Amino acid sequence: MTHARRSLLPAPVIGARRSRMLVTTLAIVLAISALPSRSRDASAQLTPVPPAARNAKPIVVASKPFGESFLLAEMFAQLLERNGRTVDRRLGLGATEVAFQALRTNAIDVYPDYTGTGLIAVLKDTLTAAMRDDGRKAFAYVATASLQRFGVTWLAPLGFRNGYAIAVRSETATRYGLRTLSDLAATSAPLVAGFTADFIGRGDGWPGLQRVYAVRLKSVKPLAEAIKYEAVASGAVDIIDGYETDGLQAKYSLVVLQDDRHLFPPYDAAALVSPRLARDDPGALAILSKLSGRLTESDMRAWNRAIEVDAEPIPVVAKRALASLGLGDAIAPATAVAPKTTVGFWSFFWARRGETARLVGQHVVLVIVSLALALLVAIPLGLWMSSRPTVAEPILQLFGVVQTVPSIALLVFMIPLLGIGTVPAIVALWAYALLPIARATYTSVHLADPDAVAAIAAMGATPRQQLWWVRLPLAAPIVLSGIRTAAVLTVGTATLGAFIGAGGLGEPIVTGLGLADARLVLSGALPAAALAVGVDALLALVAKRVAPAHLRSHARRS
Amino acid sequence: MTGGGVSSTTSLSNQRPESARFPVALALRVTQFTHRYAQTTALHDITIAVPAGTLLALVGESGSGKTTLLRAFNRTIEPQAGCVFVDERDVTTVDPVALRRSIGYVPQSGGLLPHWNVGRNVALVPTLTQHADPARAARSALELCGLSPTTFYDRYPHELSGGQRQRVAIARALAAQQGAVLLDESFSALDAISRSEVLDAFASIRAELGFTAVLVTHDLGEAVRLADAIAVMRAGRIEQTGTFHDLVEHAASPYVAALVDRARASARLLAEA
Repeated sequence: MTHARRSLLPAPVIGARRSRMLVTTLAIVLAISALPSRSRDASAQLTPVPPAARNAKPIVVASKPFGESFLLAEMFAQLLERNGRTVDRRLGLGATEVAFQALRTNAIDVYPDYTGTGLIAVLKDTLTAAMRDDGRKAFAYVATASLQRFGVTWLAPLGFRNGYAIAVRSETATRYGLRTLSDLAATSAPLVAGFTADFIGRGDGWPGLQRVYAVRLKSVKPLAEAIKYEAVASGAVDIIDGYETDGLQAKYSLVVLQDDRHLFPPYDAAALVSPRLARDDPGALAILSKLSGRLTESDMRAWNRAIEVDAEPIPVVAKRALASLGLGDAIAPATAVAPKTTVGFWSFFWARRGETARLVGQHVVLVIVSLALALLVAIPLGLWMSSRPTVAEPILQLFGVVQTVPSIALLVFMIPLLGIGTVPAIVALWAYALLPIARATYTSVHLADPDAVAAIAAMGATPRQQLWWVRLPLAAPIVLSGIRTAAVLTVGTATLGAFIGAGGLGEPIVTGLGLADARLVLSGALPAAALAVGVDALLALVAKRVAPAHLRSHARRS
Repeated sequence: MTGGGVSSTTSLSNQRPESARFPVALALRVTQFTHRYAQTTALHDITIAVPAGTLLALVGESGSGKTTLLRAFNRTIEPQAGCVFVDERDVTTVDPVALRRSIGYVPQSGGLLPHWNVGRNVALVPTLTQHADPARAARSALELCGLSPTTFYDRYPHELSGGQRQRVAIARALAAQQGAVLLDESFSALDAISRSEVLDAFASIRAELGFTAVLVTHDLGEAVRLADAIAVMRAGRIEQTGTFHDLVEHAASPYVAALVDRARASARLLAEA
């Protein structure tokens, strides 16, 4: 899911961690900033809002789950709002597949991406020598092909590139005389790399390094995005794959090795626009185009640093960035922002309590609705199968296959049908919950006390009476344990809803992972864990009450 | 049945005037009945009759086919060849659910529903047949089986002893005044003392009500104590049918003779001890 970031200039460095009170701040800052900006929008001449768009649905601005993407999307959103558009933010969609799929099906309207990503991850094309040498050619190719194949418009590039940047600690660079990737290939030093899974897998990543430079390393370890900077800084690995405009570069003294043989494709950043927005609101495209060619690598590095290292709220940084480009209100520089390291987790957590409560609410809705729908289907189906063991196995196997589909893949498949947001999340959670409930129902009803069932069958109870009087009551505890399994599973899986804009406790987890901010991750993960434990305990209580009479001392109707 | 020795209640069902409370005993009969399981023949060309009001014991080893034959009478096993008659009607012409409700059934384990109290268990068949007052029917059946409804009606099966559970199972088989009762090793799982008590209780209930019964047992002694006629089964066939006296005096095969000898020897052993 980390696919897509960037471009290819060697740049220095990288570090780890960032933070965020993103969502809260986001809401607050937007509320504050949106209002005044509309009334006195002198500098940015208002683009007329076409009548059709005035009452139309809001423009959905999205991002992928990492700092720079959050920032660019927030800048898009604020710029659109300043110019009279209503915006719906869906930040942190689960990577290129989700975001691009959502864009081309009009589930979102605009998000930032990079030409190299468009070329390799979306168009699945190979880089030609001409494109490698000239970023404009690459952009022209990607933009044309995206429009033809998917109806997606690439606005003119924002101006900066953010390609892969292979980085080493500065002392490593000095010690072995490393300045370029060719130097890396030539050295005999026993170096250990920690690459992201994405980089290890894609053609312009580790395989390309071996092919183009014949780089040989002592070993390559797969590392998560969020920990790679810590890993290289601590000496656990010597080399990592980073990104050029990474704000963390300054934090750790890393040196980026020059791609002197142009392995990496150009990763020019640009705003991608949905077919719907391009058709219905050309004015919005004009607004967004004000950013084209305006952003430089050094600007981005500074702003990313503000987010990732100084833990400034993204909306604040976005606002400052727009102001510095003359596209927003002037702003007092360096608003007092507490460096995140000075705020302990619990104060951070406490400060977010309102936001957390809102996310818990969203999360609970996702879980309850999907679970209820799963019960409505899986229990009748389990009962129906209980008298048809021959069809039961194929059906349960089918559900088993659904379980093995990675959640992100399932979510991506559903975007063309259901768009993004709550509905596809519920459908996916529903699909995952079917198996444990249907299997528990089928098995327990099918196998319920055979002596008792045989006895009342022999005395003339109809199959329906056998089911309702004996099989079902005796199966109830096991059915319920299946429901408990499904519920706990759903609470956990629902965190993935954040990848398709469904909100919930996954939101701070995804954002926190994107910013390598452990506090933010925990502020989602802890409530999610507590919720899972709570749901399990609650259902344990219910289980006690539904237990058949002989398993407790409580007489039923007789 | 070949042997006679049938009590005075062995009349045709419509000749029982005593009381409306008593069941009308049903005559049972199978002719040339054959049943195969996937590979093996469970029953081979069986013909036997159980006159109304008599008790036939099916005695034999496990796998001899006695339970399969028992289940033919309430059509939980379908005839593959041959015919089964209940009250002189071919069972294939009768709704199997209605048939099963008219015949009591006492499985080995009791087969009580663990989540229902005793009263509700016993009221099962009256409830199924839409008896006017299933609870009252259950109470009188419990009474008949020597269990005070006041004490036992609200208990759950797991709160009873094994003997009490089998009495409840018998009460359940009789609560709708069934004219025939099928007993599948119904007393085998009990310890000796409660077994003896339940057997006595059952014998006196049957003497009072006069219903027809078929008892599956591997214990010849139990058969001797309860049965009007005994059918010795082996490998899906009936070796001999008759009274115990017939089996002793005119054993039809070495197997029957050996069976009788073993039973008498163990009885003697007990008597001499």
